[in-house]
Order: sequence, then C-alpha cells, then structure tokens
Amino acid sequence: MTSKTKTRTRAKTASGPSKEEALRMYTQMVRIRTFEDNANQLYLSGKMQGLTHMYSGEEAVAVGICEALTDSDRITSTHRGHGHCVAKGANYKEMFCELLGKQEGYCRGKGGSMHIADQNHGNLGANAIVGGSMGIATGSALRAKLLGQDDVTVCFFGDGATAQGLLYEVMNMAALWKLPVIFACENNGYSEYTKTEEIAAGSITARAEAFGIEAFQVDGQDVLGVNELSKKLVARCRDGDGPFFLELLTYRYHGHHVGDINREYYRSKKEEADWKENRDPIIRFRAWLVEQGIAEESEIDALNAQIKQDAKEAVAYAEAAAYPGVEEVDMHVYAETDPATLRAGK
Amino acid sequence: MREITLSQAVNEALVEEMRRDPTTFIIGEDVAEAGTPFKVLSGLVEEFGTSRVIDTPISEPGFVGIGVGAALTGARPIVDLMFGDFIYLVMDQLCNQAAKQHYMSGGKLSVPMVLRTNLGATRRSGAQHSQSLQALVAHIPGIKVALPSSAYEAKGLMKTAIRDNNPVVIIEDKLMYQDKAPVPEEEYLIPFGEANIKREGSDITLVATSSMVQVAEAAASILEKEGISAEVIDPRTIVPLDEKTLIESVKKTSRAIVIDEGHQNYGITGEIASRLNEKAFYYLDAPVLRMGAMDVPVPFSPVLEDLTVPTPEGVAENARRLCAGEMIHAA
Repeated sequence: MTSKTKTRTRAKTASGPSKEEALRMYTQMVRIRTFEDNANQLYLSGKMQGLTHMYSGEEAVAVGICEALTDSDRITSTHRGHGHCVAKGANYKEMFCELLGKQEGYCRGKGGSMHIADQNHGNLGANAIVGGSMGIATGSALRAKLLGQDDVTVCFFGDGATAQGLLYEVMNMAALWKLPVIFACENNGYSEYTKTEEIAAGSITARAEAFGIEAFQVDGQDVLGVNELSKKLVARCRDGDGPFFLELLTYRYHGHHVGDINREYYRSKKEEADWKENRDPIIRFRAWLVEQGIAEESEIDALNAQIKQDAKEAVAYAEAAAYPGVEEVDMHVYAETDPATLRAGK
Repeated sequence: MREITLSQAVNEALVEEMRRDPTTFIIGEDVAEAGTPFKVLSGLVEEFGTSRVIDTPISEPGFVGIGVGAALTGARPIVDLMFGDFIYLVMDQLCNQAAKQHYMSGGKLSVPMVLRTNLGATRRSGAQHSQSLQALVAHIPGIKVALPSSAYEAKGLMKTAIRDNNPVVIIEDKLMYQDKAPVPEEEYLIPFGEANIKREGSDITLVATSSMVQVAEAAASILEKEGISAEVIDPRTIVPLDEKTLIESVKKTSRAIVIDEGHQNYGITGEIASRLNEKAFYYLDAPVLRMGAMDVPVPFSPVLEDLTVPTPEGVAENARRLCAGEMIHAA
C-alpha cells in the first residue's frame, strides 16, 4: 500500500445506521448466504447444470455498497455475481428459475448463473468474461454525465481482473472525464486457483492512484465500514467528484466454482477455517446487532429461519417451473426497431 | 440531383441524426477537432461540442466498451474505429458484450450502438491498415453489418444504423471517401435487408459488396461489349441479407459470381455462394464462384498489393468462362 492510500477502519464514534437499515443489511447478507447454500446444493445434487461461482464469505462487500445505492444507480457484476444481484434487490424466485434455465428466470433461462441481469433494480448484468464489464460500467457513467442524470455506477470485479488491460484504459478515461463510477475490487485473495500475490505485482490501490483516482483499502468483512464509506463516495460521485476506487479485502469460502472442491494444493483448510470462524461478516454483524441492542438473538434466529423458508419455497417453485418453449431458441437475437422510427421525417 | 462525396454523405447523416436525437454522441480517437484522419467528421465538434464529439485516448477496447455501457443505459453512441483492422482489438467488447446482451438477458437489455469503421486495400498502407474484416463480425449473431457502396448508400444506411436498436457495424470503403454520387437534398433512409439491383442483366449475376460494386459494374460494362448481359446486385447489408433478391436473380440468370474484398477463405463470398447453391441449385448452369481478396496478408509493394484484390478484368474473365460452360476455379 502506498502512503497516499487511505485505509479505512470504522470509527467507533461514527453515527451508525438506523435500526431498520441495520436489520436490512443483516437480512440481505443472510439472503445471499442462504441463496448460495441452496445453489450449491442444487449443483451437488445434480439438479443444476453448468458452472456457478459462490459469493459466500463476501456478503459485506455487495451489501455494504448496494445499500448505499438507489434503484436508479447501476451496477455491473461478475461471474461470482449472485451476491451483487441479491444485494441490488433481485428476488429469489426469478433467480432460482434462471439458475435452473426456466422461462420465469430473470433472463427467460437464456442467461444462467453467470448472466443474470435485473434492469428494474439497475443491475446491468453479470459478466462471464473476467474484467469484461469495466467498459460497460464506465459507459453507463458517461451516459449519466452526458444526459445530465445523477445516477452512479458501481463496477464490481475481482482481484484477478486487475490483470486485464481494459481496467487501465477505462480508469484513465473515467479520471480524465470525472465520471460518476466507483471501481470496486473484491480482493478475495485468489485469482481462480492462484494466490493473488502471484499474479499482482505492487499495490492494487496504487494502480488507480496512478490515474489520480482516490483509492481506499477497506475491510470487506465489515458491512458497516463498507456502507459508511460507500455512502460518502456515492454522494461525492453525484456531486461530480468521481471516479473512486475501492479495494475490499474479503474471502471466498468455496472454491473458484462449485466443482473446485479439492483445493488444498492452492490454499489450506486452516486458512479457510480462520476466515470462517474469526472474520465472517454475518457472525460479526450479528454480534454487533445484539451488542447494540438492535435485535435479540431470538429475533435474529426467527429472521434466519424465515429466509431459509423463503429459499426453500423459491427452489421448489423453480424446480417445478416450466422450461422455455423450443420456439424461444432464436428469439431475442436482435432487438425490434419500431418501423415508424425508420421513416424519413420521423 | 446534386452530387456529394461519400465523406460528405456520412457527415450529413451524422449531423442530421445528432440534431434529431440528443442521446446520440460520437466517441473515438481524433474525432473532434481533427475530424478523423479522413476528415469525415469535420465541423461536427463545432456544432455539437466536445461533450457529444468525444476524443478518446488510443484505447479501442476501452472506448468500445464505454459505447456498449452507454447504449445499454439509454444513449445512442456512434463509436468511431479509425481503421477496420482495429476490429481485432475490440472483439470481446463487440462480440462477447454488445452482440449478446439482448439475447442473454432474455430480451430485456439492448445495445443501440453504431460502430463505424472502414475497409479496403490498394492504399499502400501495409498489412495492418488495409484489411476488410466484415466476415469476422458478420459471423457473430446479434450484430448487423452494413457495407455502403456509394455516397447515397453511406448516408441512407448510416441513418438507419443510428436508429436501429441493435449493435450495427457499418464499414465504409476508405478509398471511396472522395468519390461523388447523386444524393438527394431531402431526407431518406435505406432499410436494412434490401438489396439494390444496380444493373439488370440476364446471363450472369454479379453479387458485389462495398468497394467491389464498382468493380462488378466495370466488369459488366466490359461483358456488355461482348454480348454478355450481367446483372449487378449490391446486398447493402450482409446481416440481415436479402436472400430473396439474390436467389430470384440467380434463378433468372443461372450463373453467379460473388465478389467481396475480404479474404476469400471462410469469407462473405463463401457464405453467399453457399446460400445460392442451397436455394437455387436446380436453376444453376455453373458452379457459383467466389472472388475475395487473396488469402495473404496485404503486401505493401504496389505491384504486389494490386494483385490481391479482384479487378474488373478478373471478374469479366471468370464471367466469360462461366458463360462458356467451363468449370473453373476463381483466380
């Protein structure tokens, strides 16, 4: 880390969230964890085909940031995208339907786990090309500035994506043009099956600072800290003070994807246990809620049980839901254009 | 009718559409004060300002990606790629991102973006500034591809491209920027998927795109003097392709040559020839021939470069032999 990088740990005296905001953040984190537990089960039991990448362990990042956004603010997401999707307001039913390739999924079953888009909540979609959405996020921010709209775009990507050249091209333009975009690097310590320190030379935040972008390294397991900083940066983006860069230190509990089970050749079970037992964002925040008198243990247990039940019902719904009809296969290749707009004088 | 250059025609289309729709903007390298190296955009920044005619760093994947994001969220970007050869640099943004958003989202998202770029050899620009890469993008579902063959098409197709709700790659022939053609003063648009029968004939059909339309017309003039009547058809857009007009022509003439400046191997000529074989087979008196650019990197030396592109004489010779019943391969 360079001397200019601001390391953020939450000040004890900071004014905290309201009870409602705090419970919502807790709920959203548990909804992500529960979604992933069910998705993992669907895969392991052979009910779900294809590739999927678990967000478990990183919940405080998506929730801390997305709780600072409104529905008109945009995000771009990654192959490890279920967490961003839930945090930005998506519902279980359409998400599970999408994971199982059903017609009622967010993308009519045509996207799958790695391509869920939910434009009603400003989610421009997950992207299965590592770093592939950095241009999209920056373009969304350029559109806001060009059309005089005050929304902010957050570009989620992993530490692995800092190795893609596109990041440097778009950070340069975002900085030149002062665009309302926040580059949120989720550093979970691993670039697929390789330790980040083996693929990233130097400092990650210094990459952004080289463009004159204000960069912050944050404890990504602390939802309050992430949220507090995000609120400030989103407000500054709206005031034309962007772009910003966040490096969020976090951890991915599962392998790179659900099939990456035997992974001791690249990381130890001891390391995994340490993060799960000592730094889990949900356990930490639950303890804080109780300590602050915001919720009783029994209320939290009831909340968790309700979310589990919601997930169970959504999974059952998705399993029983219909696949798209075969006539769908060549629908939506091209968007329709109203013929009236293609006439002269229109 | 007045005559203007292809460059002026593109400029007019952009001005008209940018006046019409405040969500349109141009983004690319040296598009503002420089007006691009070909000066096609001269005067635009003076009218629309630097917020709508945006100069970028030399970062092709970056600014194409930015175009995709702007298009996804409600703007209509016109992305300027200085040379068609740079398409290789932007393939992920164009083919994995722009082309697939509408389908992957089940029809919820769309990318109304124009990528304008160019093609064409014989400008002595070497192997990396002379390619005609329309086949690369035409291969990808989700992208439309327009190939204007004159100032008239350049204006009408550009206006349609900007209003279309899909990613459209429009590739101009950089050797034709100063070529004049009649262009009406009043507004017009050319619909996609409607071929233009440039010249009617009865003995052989010459299907030609972009720069090769002039070559086919010159070949038809040579053939006419020998008593061979060639029909010349310009598809104008290769995606969507007006198969019907092409097939009807071949059913009438029974012979066809397809001419395009992209490499012949696995190219546009092969695709169109194959469709004619599949759908007009029983009407054919000869194999459908392909004539693309030679399958070599474009050489610099003028004597070599000129050999790589189809010529009127080459097209006429192949047409002559097809009409004489010789089973030949295209040179």
